[in-house]
Amino acid sequence: MTTASATLPVGPHSLAAPDAPKRVCDTTGLGVCLAAQRFIKLHAVVGIVFLLLGGIAALLLALTRWQTVHLLPADWFYRVITFHGINMLILWILFFEVAILYFACTSPLNAKLYSRKVAWVGFILMLTGAIMVDWIILVGKADVMMTSYLPLLAHPAFYLGIILVAVGTLVGVYNFFATLYVAKRDRAYEGSMPIVTFGALAAAIIAVVTLLHGAVVMIPTFTYSMGWTAQPDPIWYRIIWWGLGHQSQQVNVCAMVTVWYLLSNVIVGAKPVNETVCRTAFTLYILFINLASAHHLLVDPGVGATWKIWNTSYAMYLAVLASMIHGFTVPGGVEIAMRERGYNRGLFGWVVALPWRNPALSGTVLSVIIFGFLGGITGVTLGTQQINIIAHNTLRIPGHFHVTVVGGTTLAFMALAYYVIPLIFQRDFIWRGLARIQPWLFGIGITLLAFGMSFAGSLGVSRRSWDVDAQGVYGPAVHLWLGVLGIGGVLAFIGLLAFVLLCVGTLFFGQKNNGRPMADWGTPPIQAGAQIGSLANSHTATRGTIVLTLVFLACFVVYYFANWKALADVWPVR
Amino acid sequence: MSLRPLTAPWFHAPAGHEKLWIGVALVWCFVMSLMMPYWHFRGKQNSTGEAYTVKPDAFLERTQKFVEANRVGTFKNPIANALAAELPIVEPPPGGDAYLIGRMWQWYPALRLRVGETYRIHLSALDLQHGFSLQPLNMNFQAVPGYDHVLTLTPTSKGEYTIVCNEFCGIGHHAMTGKIFVE
Repeated sequence: MTTASATLPVGPHSLAAPDAPKRVCDTTGLGVCLAAQRFIKLHAVVGIVFLLLGGIAALLLALTRWQTVHLLPADWFYRVITFHGINMLILWILFFEVAILYFACTSPLNAKLYSRKVAWVGFILMLTGAIMVDWIILVGKADVMMTSYLPLLAHPAFYLGIILVAVGTLVGVYNFFATLYVAKRDRAYEGSMPIVTFGALAAAIIAVVTLLHGAVVMIPTFTYSMGWTAQPDPIWYRIIWWGLGHQSQQVNVCAMVTVWYLLSNVIVGAKPVNETVCRTAFTLYILFINLASAHHLLVDPGVGATWKIWNTSYAMYLAVLASMIHGFTVPGGVEIAMRERGYNRGLFGWVVALPWRNPALSGTVLSVIIFGFLGGITGVTLGTQQINIIAHNTLRIPGHFHVTVVGGTTLAFMALAYYVIPLIFQRDFIWRGLARIQPWLFGIGITLLAFGMSFAGSLGVSRRSWDVDAQGVYGPAVHLWLGVLGIGGVLAFIGLLAFVLLCVGTLFFGQKNNGRPMADWGTPPIQAGAQIGSLANSHTATRGTIVLTLVFLACFVVYYFANWKALADVWPVR
Repeated sequence: MSLRPLTAPWFHAPAGHEKLWIGVALVWCFVMSLMMPYWHFRGKQNSTGEAYTVKPDAFLERTQKFVEANRVGTFKNPIANALAAELPIVEPPPGGDAYLIGRMWQWYPALRLRVGETYRIHLSALDLQHGFSLQPLNMNFQAVPGYDHVLTLTPTSKGEYTIVCNEFCGIGHHAMTGKIFVE
C-alpha cells in the first residue's frame, strides 16, 4: 500500500500499535485483541449455559406435547414454555451475538476493543437481568409466555429483568460501534470493512431499533406492574412488542447470514460472489425489516386491511428479496471456490467434494437448507395477510420459527463454535467423532420437530396449549404428528446436549493449541493444475447454484399457492 | 476475502447468474405483493380488522341482551369435566348481529347459524386476550379486551363446529371451548 494515509502512524486502537495487548492467530494469521478475546469467551460461555437451560426446557415441552407421554402438569407446562422462549430466543442468542459483534469489530479490522469497562458494564447488566428473569419465572410469578400480552401481568422483576438484558445488550452494541469508529480513526485498517463486519454492522443497527421498541413497550408495562401508571392498551402493546419480538429475529437472520459468509470463507475459502450485491442485500434488511411487526397482527382487530397488507409485504417484500439474494450468493461463493480448487465435474461435483466430515461445514449447509427451504418458505407464506387466517396461533407458527431461529440461526452458531473454541479459547475439540455427527443429529431432529408442528398446526392444533384431548375435536392424525414432534424434539435435544458436552468438555480437557494451527476439521485440498482466483471475474460459473435456487423457487411457488387454495376452502369472512 | 478489509474497488453491477437470480426473485416478490390486494378485492376470505372500542362490561351487557332476545336452547357439553358444562344456544336473525364473548375459560354463548346466510359476529374478550379458533375449519382471529372485533361471516357448510382458544389465558386455557352449529 502506498496511499498517503498508510504512511501515517497508526493510533492506539490499532493492533499494530506498539503496546497493544494482542496475539497473532496461529491458524488464520489474524491479530486477536486480548480484551475482545476475553469478552468473546465470557459471552459465548454464558450463552451456551442458557442454551442448555433452554434445551432442558425444550425436552420437557416436547415430551408434554407428545400427547402419549404428556409429561408435565399444566401449570409447569406453561411455566416451562415461558422459560424456554426467554432462554432460547433472548438469552442464548443475545449473548452469542454480542460475542460475534466483539469478534467482527476487532480481528477482521486489526483493531483493539474500544473499552473493557463498557464491555464489563454491558455484560454484568445482561447477566443480572437474565438471572432475574429466569428466577422469577421458575418461582412461578411470571407464567405469561415470552410475549406477556397485556392484560396478562407478570411480577415486575420479569419486566425489569428484560429491560436490564436489553440495556446491557445496547451497551455492548455501543462498544461495537465505538470500536468501528476508533478503528477507522486510528487507521487500524485500510479500505472498506470486510463483509463479515458489514453483516455484523447491519445486525447491530437493527438491534438498536429493536431494543428501542423493547424500551418503549417494556418500561410502561413495568411501571404498570408496579402500580404507578395505567394499563397500556393491549393492541398498542402488541404492535410495539412485535417491533421488539419480530425484529429481534431479523437481527438473528443478519447474524446468521454473517456466520454463513464467515464459515464458508474459513472452510473452503469462499468469497462473496459480488460484494456490491451482498452488501446491498444487508442494507435491504436494515431498510425494510422494521415493518414486520405486522406479521403478528394480521387477524387482529383495530388495524385495517391496508395497514396489514402494506406492512406484510414490507414494501414489496424487499427484505425477502435480500434473503433470496444471500441464498444465492452464499452457495454461489462456495461453488466458485470449489471450482477454482479443481472440483469441476458436472453441475454438482463441487457439492459431493465438500468436506462433509467437517462439522462446521455440515452445520452451515444444513443451516442454509433448513432456513431457506423450510423456514423461509413457510415464514413468507404464513405471514401473507389473508393466509394468516388459517395459521395464526396454530402450531404452524412455532413449526415455522423452529426452522428459522433454531435450524437456521442456532445451528449456524453451533457450526461457528467448532472454530471459535479452537481459535479463541485455543483448545482443540475432544470427541471429534461425536462432533462430526452432532450437526446432523440436531438438524434432523429440529426438522422432524418442525414437520410435526406444521402438520399438527394445519390440522388446527393451537400453539402454547397443554392438551389436545380436552376440546374433543382432534383425531388420530393429530396424535401422530404430535408424536413426530416429540421424537424430533428428543433427537434435537440429544444433538444439543452433545454440543454442550463437546464445548464444555473441550474447555476443560481439550488439548491446548497455542503456538500451532488448530487441528484441522477438514478442508478441500487444491487439485493439481487448479488456480485460486481463476474464476474471480466469472459471472456464469455458478451453474449448480442457479439450478438449486430455481428448485428452491419452484418449492416456494407450490407451497405458496397450495396455501391460497387451502384458504379458499374455508368460510367467506371479512 | 470475507475476513479482510477490501482495498481494491469492489463496486460491480450484478451480471450473469446474479442478475438472472435477482430478476427472477424480484418478479416473485412482486407477484406475492400483488396477491394480497388482489385477494382483498376478489377473494372471499379477508381480515379487515373492523373494530370498535368497547368497555368489557358494556360488551357483556350487549351479549346478555342478545342472548335473552334470541335464545333457542341449551347446549350440554358431552365432555366430562368440561369448563363450559352448559351454554345457551342463541340464533341471531339472518343477516343480523351476533355477540361472542371470550372469557376464562369459555366462549359464550353457543351460536346456531343458517348455512348461506351472512352474520356480523361481534367478538371480544372480557378479561385477558383470547384466540378464536374455529375447528375443524381452522379459521383464527384475535379477541382483545376493549375491542369489539366484527367478523362478517358466511357459513357455507353444515355441521357442529368447536371454538378452541388459541391465545394463552391461564391454567384453563387448553380446555376453553365454545360451539357454533350450522343448519
